[in-house]
Amino acid sequence: MKFGVIVFPGSNCDQDCFDVVKDVLKQPVEYVWHHDVKLDHLDCLILPGGFSYGDYLRCGAIARFSPIMEAVKKFADRGGRVIGICNGFQILTEAGLLPGALIRNKGLHFVCKHINIRVENNKTPFTKLLKAKQVLNIPIAHGEGNYTCDAATLRDLKKNKQIAFTYYGENPNGSTANIAGVFNKRHNVLGMMPHPERASEMILGSDDGLMILRSILI
Amino acid sequence: MAKVNIYVTPKKGILDPQGKAVESALHSLGYKNVENVKIGKFIELEVTGHGTSTSSVESSRVESQIKEMSKKLLTNPIIEDFTFEVVE
Repeated sequence: MKFGVIVFPGSNCDQDCFDVVKDVLKQPVEYVWHHDVKLDHLDCLILPGGFSYGDYLRCGAIARFSPIMEAVKKFADRGGRVIGICNGFQILTEAGLLPGALIRNKGLHFVCKHINIRVENNKTPFTKLLKAKQVLNIPIAHGEGNYTCDAATLRDLKKNKQIAFTYYGENPNGSTANIAGVFNKRHNVLGMMPHPERASEMILGSDDGLMILRSILI
Repeated sequence: MAKVNIYVTPKKGILDPQGKAVESALHSLGYKNVENVKIGKFIELEVTGHGTSTSSVESSRVESQIKEMSKKLLTNPIIEDFTFEVVE
């Protein structure tokens, strides 16, 4: 399976994602600059974390108009797998590929630590190796990770099993319904605030994130 | 040329942690009568005309353009509202 890691100006987790795919998953991977629009040769796209365009205006608001985003939409429409991590999640919501929005953490602080998340739907391309309600230890690092949506959207998310992960034990950012990650309706696009690529080798304290990335291969 | 002021505020019902923090800071300074502090954004921009003949056509074009760009980029309609005024 061939991966593409999209690089926006200000992305800073692109190398971590690239290294995990190359060295841990042992899969072919390439960087894709945000001006590129050819994605047909790829099977899975990763929108990495960081501060695209300095988080100016709103997180992800400017990156969402990068030339590549039209191609990402088409890629997702064709059923290609797309995972947005942290800033990548923010970009996917701004682009309308995922419902809701991410606003400032309730406590105003940037929160950078390991937290627990619980698997809410383990029947998707990103979670099939996980058990239902399994708890994973994965780090977060964000200032705007407070997932927000209106009541109708929340009902839809529950009805269509679009909630991927919820914070378990502690909600670090005030997120609605403890949401840590969501799918699109088709479950081929995932956005999550926790960083699975930072929990993919035991030397980093946890390899729970690896099961998410490994699920993509199956 | 028109000068436009755009005011972006958190939508009603959306948590505004910055507003809450500033509100409690104002309270601790003794301004106990302050409530509902909201923090938003102020965007100022200038747009050049489209060369249409009458000024009323011109200003309605500017207004529809401002609304369009506000919905597309300047705000996220899921979490923010906006108002604007053409000042010059």
